[in-house]
Amino acid sequence: MTDMTMTHSAQPKARQENYYTASQWQLFWSRFKRNRLAALGGAVLSLFIFIALFAEFLAPYSGQADTRNPDYTAGPPQLIRFCDSAGCQLWPFVHDMTSSYSVLEKSYQVEVLEENGQPLRRPLQFFYPAGEYKLLGLIPSDRHLFGVEQGFVHLFGTDSNGLDLFSRVMYATRTSLSIAFLGVMLSFILSLFFGGVAGYIGGWVDTAIQAFTDLVRVIPPIPLYMALTAMFPRDWSNTQVYFAMTLVLGLVNWPTLARRIRSYLLASREEEYVQAARLAGASGWRIVVRHLLPGFASYIIVELVINFPYRILDETALSIVGLGLRRPTMSWGVLLQEMTTVQAIQLTPWFFIPLIFFVVAVLSFTLLGDGLRDAADPYSGIRR
Amino acid sequence: MTSPIVSVRDLQVHYPIGGGFMKGKPQTVRAVDGVSFEIYPGQIFGLVGESGSGKTTVGRAILKAAPITHGEVTLRVADTALHVDQLRGDGLKALRRHAQMIFQDPYASLSPRMTVRDIIAEPLEAMKLTRNREETDRRVREVAEKCRLNLEHLRRFPHAFSGGQRQRIAIARALVSNPSFLVADEAVAALDVSIQANILNLLKSLQQDMNLAFMFISHDLSVVAHFCDVVAVMYLGEIVEIAPTHKLFSQPAHPYTQALLSAIPPLDPDAKRDRVQLSGEIPSPITPPTGCRFHTRCPVAQPACQTIKPEWTQISGDHGVACHLVADHVDSTVPEHLQEQKKHAMPEC
Repeated sequence: MTDMTMTHSAQPKARQENYYTASQWQLFWSRFKRNRLAALGGAVLSLFIFIALFAEFLAPYSGQADTRNPDYTAGPPQLIRFCDSAGCQLWPFVHDMTSSYSVLEKSYQVEVLEENGQPLRRPLQFFYPAGEYKLLGLIPSDRHLFGVEQGFVHLFGTDSNGLDLFSRVMYATRTSLSIAFLGVMLSFILSLFFGGVAGYIGGWVDTAIQAFTDLVRVIPPIPLYMALTAMFPRDWSNTQVYFAMTLVLGLVNWPTLARRIRSYLLASREEEYVQAARLAGASGWRIVVRHLLPGFASYIIVELVINFPYRILDETALSIVGLGLRRPTMSWGVLLQEMTTVQAIQLTPWFFIPLIFFVVAVLSFTLLGDGLRDAADPYSGIRR
Repeated sequence: MTSPIVSVRDLQVHYPIGGGFMKGKPQTVRAVDGVSFEIYPGQIFGLVGESGSGKTTVGRAILKAAPITHGEVTLRVADTALHVDQLRGDGLKALRRHAQMIFQDPYASLSPRMTVRDIIAEPLEAMKLTRNREETDRRVREVAEKCRLNLEHLRRFPHAFSGGQRQRIAIARALVSNPSFLVADEAVAALDVSIQANILNLLKSLQQDMNLAFMFISHDLSVVAHFCDVVAVMYLGEIVEIAPTHKLFSQPAHPYTQALLSAIPPLDPDAKRDRVQLSGEIPSPITPPTGCRFHTRCPVAQPACQTIKPEWTQISGDHGVACHLVADHVDSTVPEHLQEQKKHAMPEC
C-alpha cells in the first residue's frame, strides 16, 4: 500500500520537476509538438529536404538530354503494375511504351509495345546501377533507388523532349530549395548586420540606416526583380545565373527582417533583466551573448522559416516569366514555365505535377512557420 | 556619528527629449532637479512621492544607471570614497560590487532563459569576483539559503516560480556580491499583500544580518511606515521634506506631505475624514512651476510661493523641509483636522 502511494506521487512530481527545469527551448518544443498541423508541415518539409539532398539517388535519370527517351515524348505517367492482360506477377513492372505526335489526330498517340502478342513487361530494379554521380558531392556512386534494365521508366511521364519528369522534379526541388535557402541566408546576414547595428547603437546611425532601409523597401519588388534579373547577360552560364539569382533574392528582401531585428533589440535593450545585467557589471558583449541572443534565436529562426516560401515563390515567379533560371537548369519555376501552354492543359496534364510539389512545399513551410511562431510566443499557451 | 555611506549633493538628472535632425530645439525633462540627502550605514532610507516625481531616477542615478547631469554622489565603502558621478572602468566595477538594485517587477527582471543558479551567479561571473566555479557555486548556495530559496530549485528556470519566489531570487542576485548598499525600487509593489509582508520581513532580517543600507523607493506609505527609518518626500524632482519616519507621520511639516498622509484610508471606516484634497495633476517636469513647485496645487499657497523658491529649513536636528510657511506651520497652524488624522496615519508595525 505504502509502495503504491509512493510511486503514484513520485511520478507526477518527477514530471513537474521536468517542467520546472525545462529550458525555454524545451518549452518551445513541447508547445510546438502539440500543433499537429505544424508537425505535419515539418514532416513533409523534411521529406523535401531529403529529396533535395539525395536527388541523384532518387532520380533514375539525369533529366538532361543525355538520358532522353526519343520514343516517348510527352508521354503520360507510367503505372507501376503487378497485373496486366497477360496475368499477374509478384514483382512490380512497367510496360514499355512509345508516344509520338500524330499530325492527323493532332494529339500524342501512346502505344504499349508487345512481344509475342503480350504487353512487353519491364520489371523494376531497386538500387539499380546507372549513371554515375557523387552523393552529397562527396561519395561516388552509381546506384539509383529504382530503374529498369531495358527501356525506360517514367513515373511522372515525360516532357515534350522526352525527358523524365520524375527525375526533373527531383533536381528542380533541389535547385528551388537551395536558391531560396541561399537567398534567405544572404538577406538574413544583411538584416542581422543592418538591424543589429541600428538597434544596438541607435542614435543617428539608426536614423541613417532606417532611411536607407526605407529607400529599399519603397521600391516595388516585382519591377526591382525584373530590372535586376534583366541585367544578367544572356551569355551567362546557368551557374552564374543561379548565384546571381540568390544575390538578387537576398538583396531585395533584407529590409523587413532588418526592421524587426532593430525593433527587437531596441525593445529588449530596455528590458529590466538587461538593465539588471548591466547593474550586475556585465559588459555589452556579455549582455548580447548571454541575455539577448538566447531569446532572440528562436525569434530569428521563426522569421526565416516564415520568409522561406516567399523566396521560393519569387524564384518561381521570375523563372516563369523567363527572367530567372532557364533550361537546361531544372527548377520549379522552369518546370512550371513548360506548362504555361494551352497544349499542356489539353493534352499533357501531367506537366502540372511539379505544381503539386511546389504548392505542397510552400504550404508546409507556411504551416511550419506558423506553428513555430505560435510556439515561440510565450503568451499563446502557458504563462511564461 | 558615523560618516554616511551614501551622500548626494545637489543631484540633477536632466533628459533631453525631441530634437534631432529637422525636429527643432530639444526640450529638457528635469527629472531630478537639485536633490541632497545622506544615507548612513544600516539605515533604511525611504523615498516616497507620486509617479513622475523622480524617485526612481534618483535611485538609478546613485547606481549610475541614469546619467548624472550635475551634482555629487559619493559612496563610501571600506574607507574609500567612490565618486559615482565621475566613475569609469574599474571604479564602476567597485560600485557595481558594493551597490546593487532590486527591481519592481520580478517577472521582468529575471532573464527568462537562464537558470536560477546562473541568474544569481551573474554578478560574480560578470565581474569575475570568484576564482573558480566551485567558489561561485558555494557563494550562490550560501546566498540562496539566506534568501530562503530551496536549493533544489537552483536548476529551475524563472518560469517555474511565483512572484514572491522570483523576488527572492532577485534579492539573492543583488546580495551575492556582498554589497553594503541596496536600492529597492518599488520592490514589493508588484506583489500580493501577504507576500509583501514576507519579502519585507526577509529584507529587514537581511539588513540586520549584513548591516546593509537601503534606499527604499515606494509610493505605498503604509509599507514605508512599517519598514523605513528615515523618509524623504519627493515632488516634481525635488525633495520637499526629510524626517525620521515617526516624526514625518506624526508631524508632517510640508503641505504636500500632509496631503499624502491624509490620503491613507483610516482603519475605522466610520471615522470622520477630512482629506486634504489636491486638485489637478503633477505638473510637467519640462516646464516646472516657478517659485515653489508645489504652489499650483498647494491648499495654503501664498503669493510669495509663486515667485520665490523656498529655502531648505532644518526644523529640528533630523527634520528638514522646503516650505515658506514652515515657520508658522510646524507646531501652531497644523490644521485641526490633520491633528485628528495623525492617529490613523501611523499604521501598526
